[in-house]
Amino acid sequence: MNTYELVIIGGGPAGLSAAKVAAEAGLHSLVIERDYKIGGQLVKQTHMFFGSEKQYAKTRGIDIASILIDDVKRHPDKIEVMTGTTVVGLYPDHVITLLQGEEYKKIKAEAIIIATGASEKFLAFENNDLPGIYGAGAVQTLMNVHGVLPGHDVVMVGSGNIGLIVSYQLMQAGVNVKMVLEAADTIGGYKVHASKLKRLGVDIRTRMSVKKAIGTTELNQIEIAWLDDSWQFIDGTEQRVDVDALCISVGLSPLSSLAAMIGCEMKFVPLLGGNVPIIDEYHETTVKNVFVAGDVCGVEEASSAIVEGYYAGLMVAKRLGHEHPDFAARKADYETQLDNLRSGPFGEKTRLGLLELRGERHV
Amino acid sequence: MNKNNVIICRCEDVTLQELHDVLEEGYTTFEDVKRILRIGMGPCQASTCGLLVQQEIAKFLGTSVKNIETHVTRPLTMGVKLGKIKEAADDES
Repeated sequence: MNTYELVIIGGGPAGLSAAKVAAEAGLHSLVIERDYKIGGQLVKQTHMFFGSEKQYAKTRGIDIASILIDDVKRHPDKIEVMTGTTVVGLYPDHVITLLQGEEYKKIKAEAIIIATGASEKFLAFENNDLPGIYGAGAVQTLMNVHGVLPGHDVVMVGSGNIGLIVSYQLMQAGVNVKMVLEAADTIGGYKVHASKLKRLGVDIRTRMSVKKAIGTTELNQIEIAWLDDSWQFIDGTEQRVDVDALCISVGLSPLSSLAAMIGCEMKFVPLLGGNVPIIDEYHETTVKNVFVAGDVCGVEEASSAIVEGYYAGLMVAKRLGHEHPDFAARKADYETQLDNLRSGPFGEKTRLGLLELRGERHV
Repeated sequence: MNKNNVIICRCEDVTLQELHDVLEEGYTTFEDVKRILRIGMGPCQASTCGLLVQQEIAKFLGTSVKNIETHVTRPLTMGVKLGKIKEAADDES
């Protein structure tokens, strides 16, 4: 059985950033990626990011992916990348089982960073399995990675940043976005993204959601309706809209099942998106030498995932006896960057969620 | 709402009606409904339906979703051929 110093599960922004800093500190790592290429969800992000220069603000997501991949390629002697490989089992003695095509393999690691990201939440409504109903992230992959349009007339459910950005990209691709529905009183995402849609004439309707999908073999119509204060549909307010595709964008939830599998103590924190491993200030879980970074320990943006990756890489390297030459300065810098990213009204969820996770405050 | 047409678990094709029926019978933990309905046991391993199941159980019990324990995750997360597991074991010895 091959033993690695560090195994990083997930080749997205968090995993790649962790590998980079760990390599700079002198640590060997293996990055395992389920997809056929690394870069994670950044590869489909054609919009420019916010944040600061340090997390590549004003750069398009797809270009940030290239930068992070180049960073990893700069350390061929330190970082090994395995694509098309899924971790199927994670055991308390740090044995990791892998599936590569049909082949089943076992490896071992001194330390593990779980950086598996998040997956899209789904909604329960009538006929929600009709062809033509997609997650918004799935539509973004279909369009921006594979060049396939989901339909001609689309309604987006959810006005968080993903819902707004994907709606805009659908319009750019020539798809008619008929409206964006938002169950809450206010638009969830950044105003700049919402304004771009409004300028194109897309209606964003708050306190409304999808009640039912209509069609026999594929989606033809949806029924939408108003919501009352307790999120129940108000009878008599139903309207029908002709669509051939519906995008669901109601948030992400951490893909934390591997952390649970290896025995990390978990906590359900809605502010962080769902079930997350309890971590200390070094991003270590309750299982020794098992660390986490990125959306798996709380859904945020790619910018935060990058910095958390750097941070976890720095911490793991120190743990395994490879303290980074600039350890103290790097640590302080990453902490400041995370604080800055989480300042302001949009970071409040994460700030409160982390407090709740660490038991410092009950929300 | 016709609960027979609301899919909760896409992988195993479990409807909201089936879930509610099992809850009515008194099986009100995620592990119970998973064993009875195979909910969350398909390719996505509950990453899509997990939260919906927690929400439905919470609603049924009249409590917060935070109080509903999620399901236990076990290896293997994907289908692996038994022959391949044997091959890997043979290589080791």
